[in-house]
Amino acid sequence: MNGRSRNEEAFPQLLDLIPKDREWHENRAHKFSEERKLELRLGPPGEEEDDVVRGRKESLLSLGYFSASVNGGHTQKPVSPPWASSSKTQNINQQKGVSVSSSFLQPQPSPPANTAVPNSSQKRTAPGPVVGWPPIRSFRKNLASSSTSKVVSQHESQNHQQRVVVEDKVAGKKPVADNNNNVAVGGNKSLFVKINMDGVPIGRKVDLNAYYSYEKLSSAVEELFRDLLAAQRDSCGGGIQNKQEVEKAFIGLLDGSGEYTLVYEDNEGDRMLVGDVPWHMFVSTVKRLRVLKSSELPAFTRGGCKQDKITT
Amino acid sequence: MPRIAYAFPDEVLEHVFSFIHSDQDRNAISLVCKSWYEIERWCRRSIFVGNCYAVSPVMVVKRFPKLRSISLKGKPHFADFNLVPEDWGGYACPWIEAMASAYPWLEEIRLKRMVLTDESLELISKSFKNFQVLVLSSCEGFSTDGLAAIAANCRNLRELDLRESEVEDLSGHWLSQFPDSFTSLVSLNISCLGSEVSTCALERLLAGCPNLQSLRLNRAVPLEKLVNLLGRSPNLVELGTGAYTSEMQPDVFSDLSRAFVGCKQLKSLSGFWDAMPYYLPAVYPISSRLTSLNLSYATTESPYLVKLVSECRNLQRLWVMDYIEDSGLEALAVSCKDLRELRVFPSDPFGLEPNVALTERGLVSVSEGCPELQSVLYFCRQMSNAALVTIARNRPNMTRFRLCIIEPRKPDYLTLQPLDAGFGAIVEHCKNLRRLSLSGLLTDRVFEYIGSYGKKLEMLSVAFAGDSDLGLHYVLSGCDNLRKLEVRDCPFGDKALLANAAKLETMRSLWMSSCNVSFGACKLLGQKMPRLNVEVIIDERGPPDSMPESCLVEKLYIYRTVAGPRMDMPGFVWRMEGDSALRVS
Repeated sequence: MNGRSRNEEAFPQLLDLIPKDREWHENRAHKFSEERKLELRLGPPGEEEDDVVRGRKESLLSLGYFSASVNGGHTQKPVSPPWASSSKTQNINQQKGVSVSSSFLQPQPSPPANTAVPNSSQKRTAPGPVVGWPPIRSFRKNLASSSTSKVVSQHESQNHQQRVVVEDKVAGKKPVADNNNNVAVGGNKSLFVKINMDGVPIGRKVDLNAYYSYEKLSSAVEELFRDLLAAQRDSCGGGIQNKQEVEKAFIGLLDGSGEYTLVYEDNEGDRMLVGDVPWHMFVSTVKRLRVLKSSELPAFTRGGCKQDKITT
Repeated sequence: MPRIAYAFPDEVLEHVFSFIHSDQDRNAISLVCKSWYEIERWCRRSIFVGNCYAVSPVMVVKRFPKLRSISLKGKPHFADFNLVPEDWGGYACPWIEAMASAYPWLEEIRLKRMVLTDESLELISKSFKNFQVLVLSSCEGFSTDGLAAIAANCRNLRELDLRESEVEDLSGHWLSQFPDSFTSLVSLNISCLGSEVSTCALERLLAGCPNLQSLRLNRAVPLEKLVNLLGRSPNLVELGTGAYTSEMQPDVFSDLSRAFVGCKQLKSLSGFWDAMPYYLPAVYPISSRLTSLNLSYATTESPYLVKLVSECRNLQRLWVMDYIEDSGLEALAVSCKDLRELRVFPSDPFGLEPNVALTERGLVSVSEGCPELQSVLYFCRQMSNAALVTIARNRPNMTRFRLCIIEPRKPDYLTLQPLDAGFGAIVEHCKNLRRLSLSGLLTDRVFEYIGSYGKKLEMLSVAFAGDSDLGLHYVLSGCDNLRKLEVRDCPFGDKALLANAAKLETMRSLWMSSCNVSFGACKLLGQKMPRLNVEVIIDERGPPDSMPESCLVEKLYIYRTVAGPRMDMPGFVWRMEGDSALRVS
């Protein structure tokens, strides 16, 4: 830069001239407002910048001083453990009262601070859709629905039919989700299909979008029909024995090895075994479910020779 | 005379300074004396401007004549969640123009949350002969035409990273603009693009760039094509797949698996849109190599996610959807002892009822099982003070803790108490906590804890919390290292803001929306603090002059600056100054 030759003899004290990070920070802490002021400058220390407001140095210092006096007492106090209840809030209130009255920056004569500001921390009732909440980026919002985007229209039409059922389901718990949310998120809210079981005169409805796997569906089916089946068998007598039998009845719903087998009717009207295709594919084509007695089914193999396992 | 007293010439100092890279240290050097200031400013090569309005391009160019790399951030963070109106600002154009004439040797531009036009992109592509790195994070305003200019003209481009930007996708042809002779690409991230890019062009590009280490494709790239692309980039360290779904074909599966294995340096995977359970196991052969896994787009069921994650024993970073559930996180805690960062995103953010079995228990398990865990982003529907205290005690090494309980103001579900004690434990035990986001039912008490303990805290995000001005006062007066504070829907008002006015000059910025701050207070603040820009965002009812002092401000953004009022404020943004609001157009 200025043509001087380099002095190759490195001076061992060179590194000491550069303040270590920690020391520098300690210094800064002591001259807090001064250093902060310097930090904002783009010129070297001591030079005046072109700045319209000459008096700002003074005002900044006084603000800085004032803030210290407000804060000093507070931050240096020992703080009690967070989970011990304390009446510290009262002390703080008193302190606050002092600070406000001598505040450098006093609010104007008719400040809103002195008027009763409605306490907006009251818990709101039914939360409507809030802008920007929960705080997720837009590209994350419709992932679940757009992954089955091919069949969103299907879901939406089903949703339309099922909306009455949805409301029944959540009534008494919380207000129904805003319909805008339903539509906005796409067809992923609920997907109710009918399910009937052999030997049980009353059918049920199950929300397929509440489950993410065949295993979960299988347990849900058991829950839905267990009591009904037991009641049905009760009417033929049997008591406790029935209960055990009924529990056994639901084993092997999916693999053809049990007393009952889960099948479904797809969008082309065909009857299909549950479990062959990936879950989301199943969900997109299923129209209704049936729990059939395995003995009623035509003999079939399921990934292997399991015919002998089908009980009658 | 003083020069003779110096034991060594400027070049030696400059050489010494060249070993010092951290911005803070560089700033410190420049304050030692005038001479050091001068030497340092001539040899500073890289600058980070955390708020593009804190300083003007002219000032930067004047002070640092030899920059090679610049990073700029524009809009406030809450812009990510649509809280900042369109056309608010953050324009990169004045910066690009200033740099185009001042820095012909500029190599790197990194922008975050800024608005960038195709014209600017073209200017970049033509002004900097050795341009190498373009990172556009959450930016917008440009189209694939601008990208075409970059591709066509930047002969030495190493990195083109469009992470999460909104790009007007006119066509995929821009990628073909890379000339045949182009070989320098090391990193390409087009994951945010909507439309298809020509796979032929991609293949050609990859074939020509043997040093490619990071490739993040967009959703439109089908799984079958991925195999070919992987074959052409054997040195990949990071891969973002496209849609991870296809007809279930065993040969595609085995090809894919082989392709993964063929990339011997592969350590990081992302993408996985529509991930099918059938194809996830293709990753198993390389699972022990993986240190970073982003499954946050994978709408896959728990068992398959868990199986994959459990195989990745050296995982350091996991991003996943809440489909992983508590049981999956327990498995994670057992398998992945090196986990440093966990992010769990909500699959159904707007539903009222939980759709998955993910609760506070999952996070507690991970905090217990993963000793290196430092960074957490967690969306869930219930939390307890007990869980938070446990997490805090388990992980005093936590540095970033962001918890989002989806329902605003939800109390501890076990005791129905506010979550003050829980978050208090977090700030008390985690002494190096730098970033914190709060949620759930919170009173002023939690802010008292934060002010007392959060001495290293740099960024705090608050929503639907607190009872009074005290809350804000605790934070502003107590958190010595606070740089960014963003607040929404809290009953914080004038008193705390005015009493801590000086603090605001020590911070980068303060955002307050739907709080209890009045116009009068904003005007007073603007009047007394000329080195702050106190910007009020209002709806189109007219200039704030006509509004009563006591009227509450909807959105307020305050930031320190040496550049004075900004010249590009839209009609709905007013800078508070003196007795009347100022809008300089």
